[in-house]
Amino acid sequence: MERTLSPFQQPSPRRPYPMRRQARTVDVIVIGAGHAGLAMSARLTARQVEHVVLEAGDIGQRWRQERWDSLRLLTPNWTMTLPGQPYSGVNPDGFMHKDALADYLAAYARGQRSPVKRDSRVHSVRAVNDRYLVTTTQGEWYCRGLVIATGAYANAVLPRVAEAVPAGVTQLTARDYRNTSDLPRGKVLVVGGSATGLQLAQELRASGREVVLSVGEHVRMPRTVAGRDIYWWLSEAGVLYEAASDVDDLVRARRLPSPQLVGQPGPDLNLGRLAAEGVEIVGRFAGISDGKAQFSGNLPHLCKSADLKLKRLLDRFAEAVPGVLRNDELNVEPTMFGRPRLAIKLGDEIKSVLWATGYAPDYSWLDVDVLDRKGRLRHDGGVVAAPGIYALGLPLMRSRASTFIAGTAADTEAIAEHLFGYLETCAQPLAAST
Amino acid sequence: METTTVNAQRVDNGVNVDALIGAREALTEAPAGAQFTWRATSDWINGTHTRANVKGFHGLGDEQSHRQTFSFDSDHPEIFAAEDAGATPVEYVLVGLAGCLTAGVASVAQNRDIQLNKVSATIEGAMDIQGILGIDGDVRNGFEDVTVRFDIDADATPEEIEALVAQSQKRSAVFDIITNPTQVTVQVEG
Repeated sequence: MERTLSPFQQPSPRRPYPMRRQARTVDVIVIGAGHAGLAMSARLTARQVEHVVLEAGDIGQRWRQERWDSLRLLTPNWTMTLPGQPYSGVNPDGFMHKDALADYLAAYARGQRSPVKRDSRVHSVRAVNDRYLVTTTQGEWYCRGLVIATGAYANAVLPRVAEAVPAGVTQLTARDYRNTSDLPRGKVLVVGGSATGLQLAQELRASGREVVLSVGEHVRMPRTVAGRDIYWWLSEAGVLYEAASDVDDLVRARRLPSPQLVGQPGPDLNLGRLAAEGVEIVGRFAGISDGKAQFSGNLPHLCKSADLKLKRLLDRFAEAVPGVLRNDELNVEPTMFGRPRLAIKLGDEIKSVLWATGYAPDYSWLDVDVLDRKGRLRHDGGVVAAPGIYALGLPLMRSRASTFIAGTAADTEAIAEHLFGYLETCAQPLAAST
Repeated sequence: METTTVNAQRVDNGVNVDALIGAREALTEAPAGAQFTWRATSDWINGTHTRANVKGFHGLGDEQSHRQTFSFDSDHPEIFAAEDAGATPVEYVLVGLAGCLTAGVASVAQNRDIQLNKVSATIEGAMDIQGILGIDGDVRNGFEDVTVRFDIDADATPEEIEALVAQSQKRSAVFDIITNPTQVTVQVEG
């Protein structure tokens, strides 16, 4: 069982909002001015649909304020295509720094003249007859159509074992970590085998610290294959744009952690490399007993599985793009590092724990019955299970590209088409009925 | 008229995959039914000899039962100055892992249309008995290492067989029980 609220980062309590005399009315409300919300806004503007984009803070805020200092995108610049704005910079093969992405999004919003309402945190959305009433820090809105573009990465997710970590051990989530100075001196346990966990373990180790990295199920991926970036291959082989409906086990695929990548050229970031750099690799952080962190003994199995899956991916590349890969380039070096320890004393040996255990969306403000028993949005390709409500940017929402900027153009186009159809079924324009 | 080509030999590992997939779908809708309790009872016979029985269990919202009572004698070998009336309890753990992983291989192979001809496993648990004898407090009681070696003959590539074994571990209850900590409560009644 996991819970989705970090004890270190409680959301701000619901404050009473300044009341306006009257709720405003608009055909469509987009919640969230990230890349998905802004792209949707561009689609709506192109069809002259009256709308606003409600943004809790400022454009790109999560990138600026809720990510670590050194973060660069995992996807190369040439994939950074938004509706009406293909990438036109000088470095298509580079990887954007997170702050540069925030600037990129702000420039996009200006270029598209998106009607963004800043500092408009949404406190609740509920159905009122055939409309939705959206309550924000800046008053109330009525709308027919609602696009949830708040992303899949709002709250840091912690495993339940976090509750049992002794008080003397500092705990921090990757969402709150900025740089190595945020952690006390001494050995740090980084928990999480995704891109985040591996990047932070490497950064901490490079700063001279002793680092233990706890790894569960993970996705191993090389930065380049035969000199070409992995996203070129994923794109060419039809993996990146593979439709959700074509994916074997969609529930599982949607839960997969991000691949072990870092947004820079150079040797691959993987467990073998980190071990060679002096990071101690252990299994999934499974429990605490007698003050000792206990790690699962299934790591050899998980590494073997990740190696097998990478091999299948390379075979798929070779099949889709024949004649490029030599046989030796299809080999996967088995993941090897010493014998993982099964228990480590917390406090005595480990002074801090950095949780890189993933994110979950926040729907605490959504008072419409559209969540399943695990709190996930019920939707079919982004068409949410309530009339006029849509989602964007969720993992494998319509395709594997749905969480990437690269997938935004196709997803917003499809969702916009559905939304336009819905608006036409509404008896009359909303503005006329109020 | 349209004709359909049917494989002359249908893959049959004796696993009813349709029933398993049906159960998965049904229990996704009704998760309460997925709550199972497995049960064993045991009686001390003499020395280190104990007999355990397995018959009833709880699941699908109701009491369930095996078709018969299964009985298991556990004891220790003669070099432990015991009667050797049965396998040692730690060997039962290996037996459980063998049964669980092999059942998984068969089920996954059926689901992937892979015909199995032979699935043999050799399972070893390495143990330093200085732990259980209380000689050295730094030595744990249980296994230091468990190794499983599969010998599989199937109508599949070596990579497909590797993937079968990997998926079997992923879905194995006993593999999970051995590799992860479990809360255990022991109390005395009466």
